[in-house]
Amino acid sequence: MPALVMEGVRKVYRSGSEEVVALDHADLVVGDDEMVTLLGPSGSGKTTLLSIAGGLLTPTEGRVVVGDQVVSDLDPRQLTAFRQRQVGFVFQSVNLVPFLTARENLTVVGELAGRPRRETGEQADRLLEELGLSHRAGNLATELSGGERQRVAIGRALMNDPKLVLVDEPTSALDTKMGEAVMELLRNEITGRGIAAVVVTHDTRMTHYTDRTVEIVDGRLQA
Amino acid sequence: MSLAWRELVRRPGRFAVAGSALTLLVVLLLLLGGLLDGLYLGSTGAIRAQRADVFVYSATARDSIVRSRIEPDLRARIEEVDGVASTGGLGVALLGATVEGDDDVLDVAVTGYELAPEGVPEPPAPGTAYADDRLRADGVRAGDVLEVGPARVPVEVVDFVSDTSYLQQGALWVEPDTWRAIQSESRPDAAVADGVFQVVLVVAEDGVEAGELADRIDEATGGATSSLTRDEAVLSLPGIRQQNSVFTALIGVTLFVAGLVAALFFALVTLERTALYATLKALGAPSGRLALGVVFQSVVVALGAVVLGGAVTFALEQVIPDAVPVQVEPSRVVTSSVLVLVTAAVGALVSLRRIVRIDPATAIS
Ligand SMILES: Nc1ncnc2c1ncn2[C@@H]1O[C@H](COP(=O)(O)OP(=O)(O)OP(=O)(O)O)[C@@H](O)[C@H]1O
Ligand SMILES: [Mg+2]
Repeated sequence: MPALVMEGVRKVYRSGSEEVVALDHADLVVGDDEMVTLLGPSGSGKTTLLSIAGGLLTPTEGRVVVGDQVVSDLDPRQLTAFRQRQVGFVFQSVNLVPFLTARENLTVVGELAGRPRRETGEQADRLLEELGLSHRAGNLATELSGGERQRVAIGRALMNDPKLVLVDEPTSALDTKMGEAVMELLRNEITGRGIAAVVVTHDTRMTHYTDRTVEIVDGRLQA
Repeated sequence: MSLAWRELVRRPGRFAVAGSALTLLVVLLLLLGGLLDGLYLGSTGAIRAQRADVFVYSATARDSIVRSRIEPDLRARIEEVDGVASTGGLGVALLGATVEGDDDVLDVAVTGYELAPEGVPEPPAPGTAYADDRLRADGVRAGDVLEVGPARVPVEVVDFVSDTSYLQQGALWVEPDTWRAIQSESRPDAAVADGVFQVVLVVAEDGVEAGELADRIDEATGGATSSLTRDEAVLSLPGIRQQNSVFTALIGVTLFVAGLVAALFFALVTLERTALYATLKALGAPSGRLALGVVFQSVVVALGAVVLGGAVTFALEQVIPDAVPVQVEPSRVVTSSVLVLVTAAVGALVSLRRIVRIDPATAIS
């Protein structure tokens, strides 16, 4: 079963009398262990596509399926539960909780889902270890470097054992070397675990970390 | 919830302004309450202590004890009313008094009585009195002779009783003739003849309702009397109703301001947290959970304010001069605290709508 299926997805933003078609006739299938790069210029609809796939936005038209869940049919309340259990996000602006430590930024996801403390604690420790952050576990988010924060954000996205991880411009705020290290880590965390990923970027140098690249221009996916 | 708690612990400074404002309001609330209780208790003790069910005034007195007069024949008619078990006369004279050989004038309420009130023994020998604790606080000791009123009538204090002041003056409980003598010597214009009292206290027979008996007495005297239940008699003391309503209004306004402080502060905090809440919602946090965190923080801040405000009030109470009748009762502290906590919770709930409207999609863009 594919991790993500999008069929004929269209998204129109309305602001006042103006209409912006951010996404049009988008068809995309991502396999259950596949890592896909979504490449496109600024304003092409990359973030919009990611938001719709992750249940943050509802499409104007079309069908979105994640695992066995038809996301496009869910109401806001069900979407909240869906995000809590099925997808992991890595945001472009990272958005860690500033007054929590690196470790707590991971465990908070488990707490929100009402999982047992011990279980989330162990999982957080394991992820921090894999991400090479064990020695920074007790530092507040504000005390971490940009690369460290990005790695914590990756760990946070994996905390709920998602089927699908959605990553928005993970390297844009980092220098090339750090960016490559983060992509490498992401790749290692995701492959072989039955997790699919869509990684948005406009940096062509990052595409070789993923299995496949899909291009998007003016809201349309190019085969 | 642990998210809300950790923010409180790690960034206490953020909540300091709201905490201080609430602390001041708690102090204000407790002092207002203490003043209300002090005024009320200090004004009404002698009446609250009475065991009688009905207070009978002369109709012309407009429910004022000192203006009222009940002659013996009127009292006899009262005693014949169905449902009256027993009666006792009461008379009060508000006067100044000095301890023999001392110049300080103390305010006393010379109270002649027949029925022993709660905590006061049967009437003492002529020329002697049970004094209220308020006079002990003024330096009066058992065995002291007080010279009462302009005529300096001597009254010896034999013992003390508590919580029996009358209009902020300490009662001197005396037998009726001692009261009459003092009243007539000090206020010749308002002298009272033998057997006359200001009000007659009526004990109802078992099972007879006080309000009903009061009506029956006024009917039986053909409108010559105006009878009140004890609670009504307490409220009819000069200024009591006005005090109660003024202070209740002030306390209400203070609580409202406390709610406003909590509401405004946490509305501002919520505004500041828009990005954080959007992120948490994107990660699957329901709005209700986030709002609960805000309410939790508001209640914790209010709890801190209650504890701190309580301590400040306690310290202030020690330095406030005795002349100011502030009396902070434990029950008042408890109700005020609960009201502040509830107000803080309700104030914080105002932010719920804003939290619900935060769009999780903004976390990603
Ligand atoms: N909330 C919105 N309201 C109106 N228009 C929007 C909104 N969000 C995005 N758009 C428009 O939709 C189009 C696609 O935006 P989107 O954010 O998906 O692009 P992007 O590919 O992620 O760009 P970037 O690389 O700059 O992040 C753009 O023209 C944008 O201006
Ligand atoms: Mg974008």
